[in-house]
Amino acid sequence: MRKTFTSGNMAVAEGALTAGLKFYAGYPITPSSEIMEYLAEKLPQHGGVVIQMEDEIGSINAIIGASWAGFKAMTATSGPGFSLMAEAMGLAVITETPIVVVNVMRAGPSTGVPTKTSQSDVLQARWFAHGDYLIPCYAPWSVQEAYDLTIKAFNTAELLRTPVILLSDAVIAHLWEPLMIYEPGEVEVISRKIPIDKQRAKFPYKPDSDLVPPMPILGHGYKTIIESLTHNERGFYAPMNTEYKALVKRLILKILKRIDYIYEQETRYCDDAEVLLVSYGSTARSVYLATVDYRRKGLKIGFLRLKTLWPLNEEKILNCSRARKIIVIENNTGKIYFDMDRIFKDRDVYSSPVLSLELPTPREVSEAIEPWL
Amino acid sequence: MAVTQYIHPLDKHLRLERIPTLYCPGCGLGIGLASMLRALDSRIKEGSIDPDKVFWVGGIGCSARMVFYVNYDSAHVIHGRAIPFAIGAVLANPELKAIVVGGDGDIAGIGGNHLLHAARRNVDLIVVMFTNFVYAMTGGQVAPTTPRGVKTTTTPRGNPEYPMNAVKLVTSLNANYVARASITTPHYIEQYFYKALGKKGFRFIEVVSACPEVYGRHIGLRNPVEMYNELKKRVKHKPKASIEEAEIDWDKGIVTGEFVDRDNPSYIEILRGEQSEI
Repeated sequence: MRKTFTSGNMAVAEGALTAGLKFYAGYPITPSSEIMEYLAEKLPQHGGVVIQMEDEIGSINAIIGASWAGFKAMTATSGPGFSLMAEAMGLAVITETPIVVVNVMRAGPSTGVPTKTSQSDVLQARWFAHGDYLIPCYAPWSVQEAYDLTIKAFNTAELLRTPVILLSDAVIAHLWEPLMIYEPGEVEVISRKIPIDKQRAKFPYKPDSDLVPPMPILGHGYKTIIESLTHNERGFYAPMNTEYKALVKRLILKILKRIDYIYEQETRYCDDAEVLLVSYGSTARSVYLATVDYRRKGLKIGFLRLKTLWPLNEEKILNCSRARKIIVIENNTGKIYFDMDRIFKDRDVYSSPVLSLELPTPREVSEAIEPWL
Repeated sequence: MAVTQYIHPLDKHLRLERIPTLYCPGCGLGIGLASMLRALDSRIKEGSIDPDKVFWVGGIGCSARMVFYVNYDSAHVIHGRAIPFAIGAVLANPELKAIVVGGDGDIAGIGGNHLLHAARRNVDLIVVMFTNFVYAMTGGQVAPTTPRGVKTTTTPRGNPEYPMNAVKLVTSLNANYVARASITTPHYIEQYFYKALGKKGFRFIEVVSACPEVYGRHIGLRNPVEMYNELKKRVKHKPKASIEEAEIDWDKGIVTGEFVDRDNPSYIEILRGEQSEI
């Protein structure tokens, strides 16, 4: 393990290197560009390839291709580029391709404020491509966690043969903090399972008991079909109800089956809390400070921070506190609130978003939640 | 009914359980694919290509569907994005021989930006673009290559736009090989594809095809034989044609031949430092 001092963007790049990244394709966009710049320097030294593509559509399609050729692959972008990646994200879902897509959130809609922060893309990350699917999504709140959750994102992608989204934001991206970087062997690094023989490789979409099929790698004579159409276990187009239902349900179930692995949350002061503050990402930093402040004043306030945004482990969230009052604070117009309202259905759930181009301050957080206290 | 035994010399290159294809009677794509497979067969037989390393990539459209009829590693991806998908694969594993196939709508329309930049980079892949002057799979809409004045389902008063000459476009960039052939001269498709398979860098072959079912309906050539003969009349083969002569015009003629054939350092060669231009 070695200690360094770095930014959230560079921590993402370092996390990817620790996880075994070998291919990065990207397109410049604020506030994510340092990830590509850093990797352009470092990744070739690790035997990998960096290419700046002509756009974000090219970037995500290139990493899907590279993943099938056996490389762990990633791209990073921000809102406008993330929107362009929606269609190919669906391709990664249906072809069950492990990739990591980093969205460093900035203020929108459209070009918005490129240099300023936001948490407005949390529902986009859940719903942005057409069709039915469930893409795991992580949201770090610190430089260390940007590193740790990037490794986790790769592990999840490889374990479940799925695309994974890392939702950072402009605050985390340009925040400088101490970072502990693991040496090889000090942290779990998962690689995809591959078919045991040619016969098994003939069925690139036939799942094992974990609902995940072993992934054949191109160039081994397996004659694999990578198919964007709804397909059967061999990869042949199957426009029939039985195959369609089986495929779509399995793509979602394979994720839900491992929710205990994917889902992470952090709780503080929850045991005796009468009011629970729910937050995630950079905004949670201020919410936590506000919580500590309330505790000092003797108020029984608890703190729940979602590290995994999708899928939400509803049971874990519901059981983390007996607080009757739940307040959701996020830097948007109120988005994760809808899921909290659904999960805590017999309690009072309030939305207290702080829509701000800067990191909401603890004072702004307090002002936002005070009407409900 | 599916064919169950090898009865054609090229059968071993096909996934016979997926034959017959969805191609309409009189479609030119079968001629194009067979010509390409003959060239690939020669390359495999002479030992210069390992069939396990051949990787076909197609986007969306009739031509792109070739990828799941061939018995190789293949990817049938999203519309227009076959080129970046292939780029990712070959950069991750430079041993792969990536062959991108698609129609003019897939490659030069929605995927046009990727085509430009792949040619500019001289990245190591072959793109075979089948030009049939129309969006056929979706039922006959105007394409980037549709001649002016032609009435399509989305240009009911005649196409007001000038068509694209993809060969001239790609030639203006840094491709190592640019050629055009027609399904009326399959031996040239075979010859050019064979040559392309032996080269590095970006290789682009435009194959002018006949679509009697959809395009023929628009221009009054619904009969496949008539369509074929009309196309044949218009094709002018020029072995040493200059790029200025590379016309593709239904009235003035369709010039076929090789327009670029060079060995500039390829993207992978430059990345590996084998050949340095910088």
